[in-house]
Amino acid sequence: MSLTATGIRAGYRGHSVLDDVSLSIGAGETVGLRGPSGSGKSTLVRVLALLHTPDAGHVSLDGDRIDGARHRVPADVRTRIAVLFQSPRAAADPRLSLADLIAEPLRALRRPREHVAGRVAELADRAGLTADLLTRRPHAVSDGQLQRACLARSLAHEPRYLLCDEATTMLDASTQALVATVITEQQQRTGMGVLLVSHDPALLARRADRTEDLPTPPASVR
Amino acid sequence: MTLLQIDGLSVRFRLRDAVVQAVTDLTLSVRPGELLAVVGESGCGKSVLAHALFGLLPRNAEVTGRALMGEVDVLRCGEKRLAREIRGRRLGLVPQSPATALTPVRTGRSLLAETLRAHRRDPGLADTVAADAGLDAHALDRYPFELSGGMAQRLVTALALASDPPLLIADEPTTGLDRPLVDHTLDLLRRRCDNGGAVLLITHDLAAAERVADTVAVMYASRIVEHRPAPDVFAAPAHPYTAALLDALPDRAFTPIPGHPPMLTALPPGCAFAARCPRADTACASRPGGPVACHHPLVSEAVA
Ligand SMILES: Nc1ncnc2c1ncn2[C@@H]1O[C@H](COP(=O)(O)OP(=O)(O)OP(=O)(O)O)[C@@H](O)[C@H]1O
Ligand code: SF4
Ligand SMILES: [Mg+2]
Repeated sequence: MSLTATGIRAGYRGHSVLDDVSLSIGAGETVGLRGPSGSGKSTLVRVLALLHTPDAGHVSLDGDRIDGARHRVPADVRTRIAVLFQSPRAAADPRLSLADLIAEPLRALRRPREHVAGRVAELADRAGLTADLLTRRPHAVSDGQLQRACLARSLAHEPRYLLCDEATTMLDASTQALVATVITEQQQRTGMGVLLVSHDPALLARRADRTEDLPTPPASVR
Repeated sequence: MTLLQIDGLSVRFRLRDAVVQAVTDLTLSVRPGELLAVVGESGCGKSVLAHALFGLLPRNAEVTGRALMGEVDVLRCGEKRLAREIRGRRLGLVPQSPATALTPVRTGRSLLAETLRAHRRDPGLADTVAADAGLDAHALDRYPFELSGGMAQRLVTALALASDPPLLIADEPTTGLDRPLVDHTLDLLRRRCDNGGAVLLITHDLAAAERVADTVAVMYASRIVEHRPAPDVFAAPAHPYTAALLDALPDRAFTPIPGHPPMLTALPPGCAFAARCPRADTACASRPGGPVACHHPLVSEAVA
């Protein structure tokens, strides 16, 4: 069981970012990914999350080769992979309350209402969000609070793989440690595989089972 | 002499069914040449402090206290005067969320040239200002959505530098940068201070604060709980909260502080850290005061 990218080439508007890159995340495993700024870490995350179609190479999920990206992939396949992005402001729908934000994936899977309410309360508490924050919309909470709501949301439907793209860089040390604990617990319980993109050597040393490097890009794109 | 003197600043947000006490009775000053780091747990009020000074708070915010830059109280002087005399000219801001701070339909170069022009500087300086922020000139021709998170971060830093303000507030300016670029940014901020400017650096990165800050203000649940010279804070934290925060670092114990910070809609009357503090006793039911807001500080000299 693994989420695997093989021989990926990908880029934007003609400039190539990744060339023949392969990476695999096993069930229950925590893989670190590092590389200098501009080396394509986020692009690789988007490819693995089935949000970006590579120009060459392919992704396979637990043995099945996936073709295409986004809406071309069936929802029940896409939701097996969750992503936590660097900027929660860009990722969160500004019209939803934090409680609705966390509940959305569960509602999309048509879980019963009481189940959803209970699960939202439990996840919010694990992510260190106090009750007063749950009725607020994103503009009325801090960046770190919003990121923790995104974390709760990403864990709500128990994904098989969680991809964290510099997801804790804006959090203070204590909150970072809390997020790590929450993710590790879920991993132990469900066997979720985790990709951890980070520039922080101390964090990677602490959490990753192994760490992969992306090569330095040509100077012109740094 | 001070560049900025904040006295008794409080910010409350009125919500339908509650009041959020985001900043409480905050007093700080920044003098030329000083790099002041503000650190503290997520949600403790750091960005609200920055937004209050920059006049960016939403309409449901209630602000009391004073924040003087020279003769001007930036909390009271009104939007017109802020726009004309303060923002960019005397006070710059690197916002925390670069992804949303950038206009999506303009390239970095056009944003940067416009800011330079608005401040009567040569728009041809765009490449130089970007390079100062560690951003390669090639990246300026891209649209914001084509930039990596780290590039967008350096672009908003460059935009704040473009007007060359004497006081710069930088809210998590190293987010998403790799080590060499983090160091580049920190050195840049330090250099501004060494050349007579000043920087208020909001950061979660305690190692960064230790490296460049002259003074550190630690915030907890809307208040400053410890404000001392940086070397002292790191060598011998005086407030139990500061000590716990340092211990949570990945190269130290990496344990979260037990429990949650209190809800800012229902702050306790006594010490707000009491529920999580190993040193708490009955005295802590009343609010501690002083430069270290604690009844039982870890370093007693600090209180004197
Ligand atoms: N518009 C608003 N209405 C109500 N509450 C708000 C509003 N904006 C912020 N808050 C609250 O004010 C408190 C301080 O927020 P602030 O953004 O300053 O935190 P921060 O210290 O910058 O946190 P982080 O490290 O996560 O960025 C938070 O508890 C937040 O929920
Ligand atoms: S005042 Fe009491 S509870 Fe608060 S930090 Fe000091 S010892 Fe702990
Ligand atoms: Mg903030």
